[in-house]
Amino acid sequence: MLEIRQLNKNYGSHRALTDLDLVVPEAEIFGLLGPNGAGKTTLIRIINQIIEQDSGEVILDGQQLSGEAIRKIGYLPEERGLYKKMGVWDQLIYFSRIKGLNAAEAKLRVNYWLEKFEISSWKNKKIEDLSKGMAQKIQFIATVIHSPRVLILDEPFSGFDPVNAAILKNEILELKQGGTTILLSTHRMESVELLCDQVAMIHKSKKILDGSIREIKSRFRPMEIRASLQHLNQELPPTWKIEASEDGKVDLLIPLNGQSPNQLLHELMAFGEVISFQERFPSMEEIFIQQVNASAHA
Amino acid sequence: MHKVFLVIQREYLARVKKKSFLVATLLTPLIFPAIMAIFVWIAVEEKENQSLRVIEVVDETGLFFMESSNQYAFSTSVKNLEEAKALVNKGERYGALYIPKMELSAPEGIQFYGLENPSTALVGYLEVSLKRKIEDQKLYTKGIDPKVLKEIRTEVTVQALTLGDAGEEKVTDATVNYALGFLSGILIYLFIFIYGNQIMQGVIEEKSTRIVEILVSSLRPFQLMMGKIVGIGAVGLTQFLIWVLLVGTLSSLVMGVLGMQMPQQQAMEMANPELMAATPDTGELGAILQVIDGIDFVSLVAAFVFYFLGGYLLYGALFAAVGAAVDSPSDAQQFMLPITIPLLIGYMGLFVFVLQDPSSSTSFWLSIIPLTSPIAMMGRISYGVPFWELALSMGLLVLGFFGTTWLAAKIYRIGILMHGTKPSYKTIWKWVKSTN
Repeated sequence: MLEIRQLNKNYGSHRALTDLDLVVPEAEIFGLLGPNGAGKTTLIRIINQIIEQDSGEVILDGQQLSGEAIRKIGYLPEERGLYKKMGVWDQLIYFSRIKGLNAAEAKLRVNYWLEKFEISSWKNKKIEDLSKGMAQKIQFIATVIHSPRVLILDEPFSGFDPVNAAILKNEILELKQGGTTILLSTHRMESVELLCDQVAMIHKSKKILDGSIREIKSRFRPMEIRASLQHLNQELPPTWKIEASEDGKVDLLIPLNGQSPNQLLHELMAFGEVISFQERFPSMEEIFIQQVNASAHA
Repeated sequence: MHKVFLVIQREYLARVKKKSFLVATLLTPLIFPAIMAIFVWIAVEEKENQSLRVIEVVDETGLFFMESSNQYAFSTSVKNLEEAKALVNKGERYGALYIPKMELSAPEGIQFYGLENPSTALVGYLEVSLKRKIEDQKLYTKGIDPKVLKEIRTEVTVQALTLGDAGEEKVTDATVNYALGFLSGILIYLFIFIYGNQIMQGVIEEKSTRIVEILVSSLRPFQLMMGKIVGIGAVGLTQFLIWVLLVGTLSSLVMGVLGMQMPQQQAMEMANPELMAATPDTGELGAILQVIDGIDFVSLVAAFVFYFLGGYLLYGALFAAVGAAVDSPSDAQQFMLPITIPLLIGYMGLFVFVLQDPSSSTSFWLSIIPLTSPIAMMGRISYGVPFWELALSMGLLVLGFFGTTWLAAKIYRIGILMHGTKPSYKTIWKWVKSTN
């Protein structure tokens, strides 16, 4: 479990993080959301011990983060890069040794991952001779080669084609099943809803929201109902939005306006035959935009 | 600590394994002598193929008889300047030398006409010959017989020797010392620039690819920076040592060949004393070999390696700092000035002051101040430098290295994590001052 307590970081007069608290549960995927410049990168750099916090603590498995703990962390930066002129094998061995593996162990693991991705034949290829997708696979291996307990992925899907993105997604889920705690920083909400168990939203150095996806969505109660009607027998009120209409079937989006869903259902039945009736949950994207805007006006 | 070693190892192997390294290392010691050989060959060819240039002399004083050399012949077939000019225009003469009527006490108005600019060598040759003639003429009017004059003229060469502490004498030669100072100074200058640039490129690569963020979580930024500098320095040292071995082997081969020929020549000279006078060249060559023999190459190479590494480390840290401050090599230009200027001062100082007068006070300061000393001191060292000066210079260089490294580490640490905005000198100064 990764815990962040009362973390503060200023760059001169600019506040990058303000009293940040986070709990990233064991073996879950935790989404870190927020617009550019919110403080995500600063947080990630502090967890990686690239920079030091002004105050506050980062606690991994009950212990203050120390130099030794870095072996337990794997980090995939947003902008990818490897040594272009260096061969795949040399490069992976180098990164695993830097992360603290001994020579024999490094060889074993590099072989394991190359075989897993069925790319053993690339061993002697230089990165500059690989395609972008191929290079990204190598980069992913370099990130997880030392079997980190905590994996920090900054925009992991950017630049991936759909095939490789699917492979990556499966790898991430597999690592989670194997007990790895994953912190995923992104502003791509589709991947958040697909992958994350919990999320936290950071805006202007502060956490403005956190919890499990289900919990957050239910916290932002649906204010709208999505319903379908058949055999319409009268005019619909103008506030009801018709989303689609086909063969006498109408899909509607209806604001609740303080009514309970039951009241609305009653009202609806008068207009025709109700064939579907469902709360519309807001997407994470809507919540995200709404929250950012709300805090901008606050 | 072993992680720094990993960095050094990577930087070293990544470069040494490259084909370009192998090619440069093996070819450079051959290319320089080859270029020299080509120049000498061209010069010799040119001299041999050069047609004799005929210069028409119009002498209104009637006092000058110009002696022809193997390059220039002088004729006096016409009596006035206009005719002489016409001959030049027709291409029958290379040029015309006009000596008007004048007082020998104040010779003025001597002119040379030609279709092209005369070379400085020709003008110099004419000036020296005319001066000599005028002086002869003056001596003659003072009553000195030209025959006596000829007997008086003497050729002199001074053999320079240095005295060691124990009173031993060593033959030295300014030309050889000049060449050694010149070569080692330039080598250090080039080395700092070439390998310094590699440090900078390497830092920029790691920064722009964010590799540095992965590495810096495992190593301290200072370790990463020093690992890179040391690794690349080791590449340079390897290259230099291979050159020393190659050049050493090649030159001992050449010396061996020359040495074999020498006794034969000496025997010939002894058998035929006139030949000795006719071929002074072998004597000169012998003298140079004697001078080269007298140079303490071990301490020269040791000093070279010290200044080579010292200068490299001092500037290497600065190159790393520049690389860390920018996002791409093209942005680096604006921060190169603090590196280029002192290096250029050292380089120019080597030619303008140090090699001209190695013991002048300017030369002294250039060889003491750490930013210029790696280049300037190498210009002095073959002439002999007092021990305390050498010790002071070396000590200051080490201090200078600590200084630039401290400064560079502060810039590097923050710079490698900054992206997007181009920093100014002011922001960089802020990085230096910031404590965390």
